[in-house]
Amino acid sequence: MTEPSTPIVTESILTVSDLNASIDGQQVVESVSFEMLPVGVTALLGRNGVGKTSTLRAILGLIERSGEVSIAGERVDREPTHRIVQRGVGYVPEDREVFASLTVAENLRLAERDASPNRELIAELFPDLTDRAGQLAGTLSGGQQQMVSLARALVNDNRVLLVDEPTKGLAPLIVMDVARALERAAQTVPVLLVEQNLQVVRMLAKKAIVLEGGRVVYDGSAEELLGNEALTKELLGVA
Amino acid sequence: MSTIILLLITGLGLGALYFLVASGLSLIYGLMGVLNFAHGSFLTLGAFAGWELARRMGGESWGTLIASLLLGMIVGALVAAATEFLLIRRLYNRHIEQVLVTVGLALATVALFDGIWGTDPIYVTAPPWLSQTTEILGARVPNDRFLLIGAAVIVLLGIVAFLRYTRFGLVIRAGVENRSMVTALGIDVRKAFTVVFAIGGAAAGLGGVLASHYFGYVSPQLGGSLLIFAFIVTVIGGLGSLAGAAIASVAVAILQQFANYFLGGTGDLMVVLLLAVVLLVRPTGILGKKA
Repeated sequence: MTEPSTPIVTESILTVSDLNASIDGQQVVESVSFEMLPVGVTALLGRNGVGKTSTLRAILGLIERSGEVSIAGERVDREPTHRIVQRGVGYVPEDREVFASLTVAENLRLAERDASPNRELIAELFPDLTDRAGQLAGTLSGGQQQMVSLARALVNDNRVLLVDEPTKGLAPLIVMDVARALERAAQTVPVLLVEQNLQVVRMLAKKAIVLEGGRVVYDGSAEELLGNEALTKELLGVA
Repeated sequence: MSTIILLLITGLGLGALYFLVASGLSLIYGLMGVLNFAHGSFLTLGAFAGWELARRMGGESWGTLIASLLLGMIVGALVAAATEFLLIRRLYNRHIEQVLVTVGLALATVALFDGIWGTDPIYVTAPPWLSQTTEILGARVPNDRFLLIGAAVIVLLGIVAFLRYTRFGLVIRAGVENRSMVTALGIDVRKAFTVVFAIGGAAAGLGGVLASHYFGYVSPQLGGSLLIFAFIVTVIGGLGSLAGAAIASVAVAILQQFANYFLGGTGDLMVVLLLAVVLLVRPTGILGKKA
């Protein structure tokens, strides 16, 4: 594993230890261990198919997994998914997964766990959603659906956000809107971000974890990784 | 003309019965992916519970009829919720085991009902108005058809209102679309499973009491015979679609009535042919979502 020259981890908000996961008997995450910063954005990177999405889904218990997962020092890996989320985990899945047959307002209402949800924050970050509250989420554009997906996670006060490829398939202008929303969110809650767009990673992430073949091959400063062209090319296949 | 009117309204009445059974089947499959072959047992038990109450209270009063309908619903809901809680909950995503357990439960409960109430049909009594007729455009329509249609409309509106205006309804609608995402929002979707089973059981129990008045008797085989058509209706309407179940219930029952009258008692055959055509032309059913 490539080590960074300057260790940056303080106390961890999310600790993953020896995490293994499989889908239909096929191992997709192999002995992954890392700790996540309690502030800012931690990027989970890697080439296509290395197990980034599966790692997020395994943390939440959405796929079969073994190993230890702790949130703020408390083990959660024996709990069902809804309990883990209730501990304060917001999840923005790959491909948005908005409920197409529900309205925007219903999508948000469904996600509200807290007695006093952050409706003002959502209205401020995504004013377009307020205007489209009564519209079926399935009729929204990809960018608007991504706003709904992000808003569902931000409507509660979370201890950690797991965000999976939020800019995938979006127009450049919308990508920057999403990045700004994440930057704003990261001021109050730590974010574990799976992202292919390295410009967004450069803009947001302090720390980077790189997976290869389901294993962690880099765990350190995002700036050092992305500032080293050879290392970036070696680990991510792009510069 | 009077024959057409009679066949249409009788078809609507039978369609109402199919809907009461199929609505639960469709919701249960839509949310949980469970094909519940024991659903007919909820109907039969509801029918027997209603009959037991009616024979104790005197079956010819409206109060008794309403009480037996309510008891049928309650018994259906409780037994369905208990079935989900005790048996089905352990078997989610294990489809073969679900089929084995629900088929086994259906067979066992019919045998149990045979043991308790005997194998012969037991004739039911009802308020005299139900066995009378009302003339509509020259057709003398049995009054019990209006009760069936009214009950099915109330159940349909009730379920729609529940799904649209309650938090549980929101969870169920979202769960039908994407169950794992509902869980990932921190919602214990298992509670919704139990509620949906209870709703389906209540509709079936109500349907059981009404079916006993439609056919004039209650027997251990009552639920099983209606369940076959309810499954056909559920598939034609689209698995998981309540509106599809309502449309298909009416279409199937009216087709059955007309074919029985005009095509020499071939109603059941026509229904099966309709099922085959729908599966060939539109495998997801009228309003079913694509896989």
